[in-house]
Amino acid sequence: MVRYVVNTDKERREMMDSIGIESIGDLFRDIDERILLRRPLRLRHSLSEQELMDELRGISRKKADANGYARFLGAGAYDHFIPSIVPHLTGRSEFYTSYTPYQPEISQGILQAIYEFQSFICQLTGMDIANASMYDGASALAEAAVMASNVTRRREVVVSSTIHPEYREVIRTYAEAHGLEVKEVGFDDGATSASELARGMSERTAAVLVQNPNFFGIVEDLCEIERVVHGRGALLVACVVEPTSLGLLKSPGGCGADIVAGEGQSLGNAINFGGPHLGFLAARQSFLQKMPGRLVGMTADTKGRRCFVMTLQAREQHVRREKATSNVCTNQALNALAATIFLAALGKGGFTRLSNLNAQKARYLRSRILELDGFEPAFSRPFYNEFVVECPADPAMINKRLEGDRIIGGLPLRSHYCRFERGWLLCATERNSRAEIDHLVEALRGISG
Amino acid sequence: MKLIFELSVQGREGASLPELDVPELKLDIPASQLRGEVPLPEVSEVDVVRHYTALSRMNFGVDTGFYPLGSCTMKYNPKVNEAIAGLPGFTSAHPYQPEGLSQGCLQILNELSADLAEITGMDAFTLQPAAGAQGELVGLMMAKAYFRKRGERRTKVLVPDSAHGTNPASAAVCGYEVVELPSDSRGCVDMSALREKATDDVAVLMLTNPNTLGLFEENMIEISEIIHDEGGLMYCDGANMNAILGIARPGDMGFDITHLNLHKTFSTPHGGGGPGSGPVGVKAPLAPFLPKPMIERDGGRYFLNYDRPDSIGRVKAFYGNFAVLVKAYAYIRALGPDGLREVAENAVLNANYLMRKLKGAYELPYDRTCKHEFVLSGSKQLAHGVHTMDIAKRLMDFGFHPPTIYFPLIVKEALMIEPTETEGKETLDAFADAMLRIAEEAVKDPDLLKAAPQASPVTRPDALTAARRPNLRWRAADDVPQ
Repeated sequence: MVRYVVNTDKERREMMDSIGIESIGDLFRDIDERILLRRPLRLRHSLSEQELMDELRGISRKKADANGYARFLGAGAYDHFIPSIVPHLTGRSEFYTSYTPYQPEISQGILQAIYEFQSFICQLTGMDIANASMYDGASALAEAAVMASNVTRRREVVVSSTIHPEYREVIRTYAEAHGLEVKEVGFDDGATSASELARGMSERTAAVLVQNPNFFGIVEDLCEIERVVHGRGALLVACVVEPTSLGLLKSPGGCGADIVAGEGQSLGNAINFGGPHLGFLAARQSFLQKMPGRLVGMTADTKGRRCFVMTLQAREQHVRREKATSNVCTNQALNALAATIFLAALGKGGFTRLSNLNAQKARYLRSRILELDGFEPAFSRPFYNEFVVECPADPAMINKRLEGDRIIGGLPLRSHYCRFERGWLLCATERNSRAEIDHLVEALRGISG
Repeated sequence: MKLIFELSVQGREGASLPELDVPELKLDIPASQLRGEVPLPEVSEVDVVRHYTALSRMNFGVDTGFYPLGSCTMKYNPKVNEAIAGLPGFTSAHPYQPEGLSQGCLQILNELSADLAEITGMDAFTLQPAAGAQGELVGLMMAKAYFRKRGERRTKVLVPDSAHGTNPASAAVCGYEVVELPSDSRGCVDMSALREKATDDVAVLMLTNPNTLGLFEENMIEISEIIHDEGGLMYCDGANMNAILGIARPGDMGFDITHLNLHKTFSTPHGGGGPGSGPVGVKAPLAPFLPKPMIERDGGRYFLNYDRPDSIGRVKAFYGNFAVLVKAYAYIRALGPDGLREVAENAVLNANYLMRKLKGAYELPYDRTCKHEFVLSGSKQLAHGVHTMDIAKRLMDFGFHPPTIYFPLIVKEALMIEPTETEGKETLDAFADAMLRIAEEAVKDPDLLKAAPQASPVTRPDALTAARRPNLRWRAADDVPQ
């Protein structure tokens, strides 16, 4: 008996009789014989649940169990505490075994949760509207660039080189498909160079894309950038990769951003080797018809009770087909639900304290490391929970040495920014205790000394 | 139901955080770049738990009951896969941690790619796309890069009129002109139209096989030959792979590119609309264009290969929806070659059994052996003023999730029914009984159907007002952006 198939041989026989066929093979007679697979698939044999669990547990531990390590690595995927209620509630199978709420009468749970998610994203970003989620921060930012081009009918996007390198790669891929030109502008002391930005823009510029805090962890002066961008008639697209920063930092909407794209992993979602995470996309009210992805709205049922539906679907692929604003269909609803529950649980006070814990731990970590011989600050500007130091040795080699102390070090910057031969991007969150940080500093003392 | 924001009581908190254990510094961030209060609700932990538990009870999932949503393959989601994906070695792995610490994760990605290549008959796979639609985008971008490399300029993509909406949308996003292909009277690609439209400026034919009518393309080999003779590429929308696991492979049908929806065929949960996963497989000539990095093996060591000069680049940060990929890997390992074939056999058996039971009471526009799903028309019921929408809503009163409706577009008042292999005969019988009773009600008491559903948490929403006066978010009375 094959697992997960319900019917017995006897029931199958009855069903075949009812259809009027002799064998299961009769159901496949319409397939041209030349393309029938006449051998078993070359896959490993089946496993019982016990064997499967043992096998996979073994693989998960095969040098992979980094769970017992102190971690100082962020760079777009952040180690934050996840309250137990988050997986408990997202693990309710009425949520996770459902699909896109095409039938609102029996999908009010996920619909209302998405409406709350949209509201939370608007509150965090200071924007008017937000959609039901995107694949991840990188693709959300790429879709934001496309959207900005559609709004302005201009074909060029200017991208700050302090944006996460992989996000910039995704923008280039999407831009290639959509026929957009991408121009990059440099940075000065770790922040987007406003003067270079001003020079890099033209009357063809649809939007300027800036990440805040940027890839180096630095808090960009979004309000100054806004003046430059709007002064030239382009849109400001702000990207938030570490949304816990929004407990402290002025919201992108408050700085005048027109579109905000971001990554919500930090909000209650495990790192999971890079996914699934969730993208979010928020904008000014006037861009509503240009928004890609799903939107949930509040309305009333025939008895006048509050209820929720997917709305404004005329923008979407299943209605507009080749004229749709995007081909996005399935999104990251369950991850958005996790973010919603996380934000509800943390609440007004908790979220601000979380943000402050991150900023404080990172400052302690940085000041302790800079006490060591040979470690120098790469930049002098204010940062959030990540920062770059210049190391006395190759950071990849330092990371290798730290593995022995059960520490996962920061990201060697060299692979993404060749000018930082010895640049090391470190992250501290509320998860890093003072003892862990001191342990890292002692381990580094051994290396630098 | 109240919103979480409406439950807020000043001073309540729903989570505990550690005390600051390092000396507190005054932050050096300029005041102009800081915000005041974040306008989030204040609720206790139990408030949060009760609220979202109540919401979950207003939602219908596969674990709640039969969910024959055509083209979405709403099969049972094995619980062991959730347990496996939740192992701390997987959930806590950081994408940038040293490769030596990620060998288990990389092994899964490498082996899953190989398994999917065998299942589909393709040569190489990327696991990066987050969903089927992103897989389509990747497939078409690779086609574009392939033709550019060959110095060919091709501007058109052929898409049958029965295709998923994502197909023309993806082609348009890639800058292609979309040319629609009509279907013939048997529900397959109209061959004379294909011959006429398969010109040397066609880059790709996007074909779903079995198609969205649940029918296997009868002229599959000839279709591939016609496109290949003109130098074009064949793209398989693998949304319906559940019907042919271990029975036939896109790679043997002449397809050059195929995407899979792991959240359909490979049992990973649909999550209320995601996360999905849309790996893309290609034949060898297209492999150089796959997104980077590729997960490769060198002896006993797995590594990320970024050295791919012809790659289309990235469509997503990191390596794909890893936790979803782990679940699909576990599913394939649990079932093995025989198990996967039996999935297809039982999915097709269930669909044909149900189709026979409903034929007669409902119009079956394409009366042939179907694969994993079939499409009925509500046209008989329409004669009594009852729409497919009403039939769908009435099904909820019987405890079933409705099928996909009004799709594919080529069937009037369409009801697209996909039972999957994880349903037993008695469930199919009960669903058929409900459908037959609804067909009777459509004649005798059409108003009952128009007032349906009555047993659900809410009745039909006013969708018109939702669209005309969009209310897309909650806003506090004193809300100002900061």
